[in-house]
Amino acid sequence: MIINHPLLGPCDAQEFVYKGDFRLIDRPDGMAESAEAAFFDYLYLRENPAGAHRELWFHEQGDRSWLVVTRNTVTHEITNVELARDVARSMGRSR
Amino acid sequence: MRLGTGGQIDRETKLSFRFDGRYYKGHPGDTLASALLANGVRLMGRSFKYHRPRGVLTAGSDEPNALVELRSGGRQEPNTRATVIELFDGLRAEPQNAWPSLKFDALAINDRLSTFLTAGFYYKTFMWPAAFWEKLYEPIIRRAAGLGAITTKPDSDAYDKGFLHCDLLIIGAGPSGLMAALTAGRAGARVILADEDFRMGGRLNAETFSISDMAASEWATQTIAELSALPNIRLMPRTTVFGAFDHGIYGAVERVSDHLPVPPEGKPRQILWRIYTQRTLLCAGALERPIAFANNDRPGIMTASALRAYVNRWAVSPAETVAVFTNNDDGHRTAADLIARGVKVAALIDTRPDAATVSGTELLAGAQVIDTTGRLGLTGITVKLANGQTRKLAVGALGVSGGWNPNVALTCHQRGRPAWDERIAGFVPAGDLPPGMTVAGAAEGQFSTHAALAGGAEKAVRALTDLDIEATLPVLPDSEDAPTRITPFWHVKGDKRAWLDFQNDVTVKDVKLAHQEGFRAVEHLKRYTTLGMATDQGKTSNMGGLAVMAELTGQTIAQTGTTIFRPPYTPVAMGVLAGRSTGADFRPSRLTPSHHWAQEQGAVFVEVGQWLRAQWFPRPGETTWRESVDREVRATRGSVGVCDVTTLGKIDVQGRDAAAFLNRIYCNGFDKLAVGRVRYGLMLREDGIAFDDGTAGRLAEDHFVVTTTTANAVPVYRHMEFARQCLWPDMDVQLISTTEAWAQYAIAGPKARKLLQKLVDPAFDISNEAFPFMACAEITICNGCPARLFRISFSGELAYELAVPTRYGDALIRRIMEAGAEFDVTPYGTEALGVMRIEKGHAAGNELNGTTTALNLGLGRMVSTKKDSIGTLLSRREGLTTADALNLVGLRPKDPQVRIPAGAHLLEKGAKAVAANDLGYVTSACYSPTLGSYIAIGFLKNGQARMGESLRAASPLTGEDVEIEIVSAHFVDPEGERLRA
Repeated sequence: MIINHPLLGPCDAQEFVYKGDFRLIDRPDGMAESAEAAFFDYLYLRENPAGAHRELWFHEQGDRSWLVVTRNTVTHEITNVELARDVARSMGRSR
Repeated sequence: MRLGTGGQIDRETKLSFRFDGRYYKGHPGDTLASALLANGVRLMGRSFKYHRPRGVLTAGSDEPNALVELRSGGRQEPNTRATVIELFDGLRAEPQNAWPSLKFDALAINDRLSTFLTAGFYYKTFMWPAAFWEKLYEPIIRRAAGLGAITTKPDSDAYDKGFLHCDLLIIGAGPSGLMAALTAGRAGARVILADEDFRMGGRLNAETFSISDMAASEWATQTIAELSALPNIRLMPRTTVFGAFDHGIYGAVERVSDHLPVPPEGKPRQILWRIYTQRTLLCAGALERPIAFANNDRPGIMTASALRAYVNRWAVSPAETVAVFTNNDDGHRTAADLIARGVKVAALIDTRPDAATVSGTELLAGAQVIDTTGRLGLTGITVKLANGQTRKLAVGALGVSGGWNPNVALTCHQRGRPAWDERIAGFVPAGDLPPGMTVAGAAEGQFSTHAALAGGAEKAVRALTDLDIEATLPVLPDSEDAPTRITPFWHVKGDKRAWLDFQNDVTVKDVKLAHQEGFRAVEHLKRYTTLGMATDQGKTSNMGGLAVMAELTGQTIAQTGTTIFRPPYTPVAMGVLAGRSTGADFRPSRLTPSHHWAQEQGAVFVEVGQWLRAQWFPRPGETTWRESVDREVRATRGSVGVCDVTTLGKIDVQGRDAAAFLNRIYCNGFDKLAVGRVRYGLMLREDGIAFDDGTAGRLAEDHFVVTTTTANAVPVYRHMEFARQCLWPDMDVQLISTTEAWAQYAIAGPKARKLLQKLVDPAFDISNEAFPFMACAEITICNGCPARLFRISFSGELAYELAVPTRYGDALIRRIMEAGAEFDVTPYGTEALGVMRIEKGHAAGNELNGTTTALNLGLGRMVSTKKDSIGTLLSRREGLTTADALNLVGLRPKDPQVRIPAGAHLLEKGAKAVAANDLGYVTSACYSPTLGSYIAIGFLKNGQARMGESLRAASPLTGEDVEIEIVSAHFVDPEGERLRA
């Protein structure tokens, strides 16, 4: 597979390490009231779509960017690649 | 026998080769198969199951029968198809699956036992007793029903890997492929044209019709010459594109030196190419399929197109008198070609009653071949005529044509599902082809030469237009444009065995049995009968098998469907997949900065991940590793020892938020750590399980140095980058891995400070008062060499870790040894390191094993409840904090000289060694020279409350069962006085 890195252009998937669902970005607040239930969902419940899937890839043998790659799990077609940091910010994460 | 003239062989040059112990001659341009046929050898192998004598069925890579062991020694290759082995001088090949000889094979007895050896025979026959399967049945079956044997000697040849990029990859250099390459080449596109044959041209080399007033093969030669002159085209003969992978990536094997006795100096045997292409045009042609009839597997019976290829391309006829059996017009072309070349054709047997006549032979229309004779080679056929009478014909070869299957294999490698086309009675490409792939010529069911040329040109223009490359349709040369006329006919009915799959000995009867037993879906049929398995993957057999199944179920072939093809298209040697990654180069070895010095000391090394670390340093007179390790431990605890700890991961953390960041990464607090101090830190996974441990030293307000375990250097860095970029993207913090930037030595023992004081520049005070336990600083040593000093201890002794830029690592170990000579400084390896940390009760990889928590490790109180760090919350889960949770404890054997086996389970005395009685397990064990006793650490349920109790450590694996006492894991200096000294 080829991942079109937003900064570096097309890179072979072999340069990357896969992590999983991009929702891992959405870490709950551990000090919140209902934190335990939120962490259970966060850690153990995943969508498993046959189709478009947004997922985290780490450019380990490259520039060490975490990317959010939108990949069709049926065809392996990649339709979007974003810097995970930008996605995280857009999801309201900051400090 | 060789015909007097013709053929694309160099008759002037003779090549000598050996097969089955006999010597023969051939010519350049020959394959092993054509050369053997030229020498009158039809018998080339024995079949897989029944050990039936077999000859060639085809003239290409689809060959199921003529498999040989090529070459000898370390270069020996099993299951090599004689039809694609390019002849070279001195070639040696042996038949396989035959003993004692090809002509008399003892296991041909299986043929007589065929009633018992039908489909699924071993599932039914060798069922009981179950234990017999592995030890008795399977080895016997493996030996009896086998393919070639592999060599156990190392392969002396090199295999390479390479990467290629192009606009258009054209697979197959027959008429459509050549025309496509010409069109794209003239347009200036970057083109790769790959063909598995050593001579490009495909069927054009095997046909007699003309293109543009010249012989087809001559047109091919001219076209290839034009293509060779274009700089934007890469011609790759002897190259098999074996797989279509994601995003336009294709796998190909180029056989660089397989046609030579040995690879030329500096050349690899084969190259595995990874081809990145924008568009792909599949021009893989079509494969002719046989018709099943009684005893249709004798040497001399082959596909009609193979017979025609041997005569036209290699000027070889397998026999003086031949016959042709067909259900379509292409069989007539074979008969006409043979007659034109002076081969006697006894009859043309056509299953179609309305077949058109031919001149030069007798046409038996509406007739069928119902049986054959000839034990080691065909001697005659029996034909049932249209009027019901039978006639015997004496022939030495029979060409069979059941029609042509478009070679759709690569179209299926992703989601393509071929569809049935009545017009040609074959499957054509359909469904989702690999993105960017189109198909031209016979591979898409266009069988005439004109259609192939036109298709190649048009598809090439379309592919380039997609890429915004301007291309024009060329003027097509004149060529034949015969229609495809076929009346499907799959098998001649009868009681005797009629072969569908020659390689796996699957007959029409086997398919009937599969149907009778309910294995009717094509995928079930394949698994139950083995139809279409092994090296040829059913290229000649699948179609026949599913046609018979369709007939039995009453469905159409379209309804029955076909199994799909997966990579590789033809077998790929493990050697070329491995490439240069063999032996010492299997994976990289990482050497520590002191490696060369340690080698000089005669160190024994151990692989730790990719690192090679000194395990111990034997001294003259020491006969066992234990002697060396015990000495290293005693010397370190008695005076001073030194150990290379460079392999531990190092991560530089900088930025205004560095402390706040680490505070979230580690479960214990880091935000209040003072500059110049080090702290032990434990990282948890988000699920609360311990992930990694190490130290972090604060060199400045905004600068930390984190260490990780050797094994987790990479995963911890990845994890921290995830936290930095994905969880807290606006924190002001930067990370960089500096594992390889710093050489680091542990200097441990009561004399450690004295030794260090000789190295550290006088400006730096490292007295106990100025530089206490858990201090760190950036200093200089040896008159100005930059260094970092950490007062940390894994051994439990007064100890430091001293780091210098890696390039000074070798010099530093030599300086340490020099400066420490007066203290008898002793280098120690990973074994002594391990012994000392067990004596001290420090956890390592054995304890941080992916199932244990801070609480299990006795570090529960470290987990801060005042902050939200990774894993904190879930480490408090109910299930992880039960009263009988495992606790890290020390174990001492009742008899100090009896070892405690690592991995043993802890049990009450008298309890049976079963899982229900399990109380815990031993994680690390060693002999402690300090205590003069074997010791161990491990996890025990509610262990903290069981100090002083007597239990057993039992290992069902080793048979050891040792009485032990539960003690504190801190065997040596539990108060920590030494390390603060």
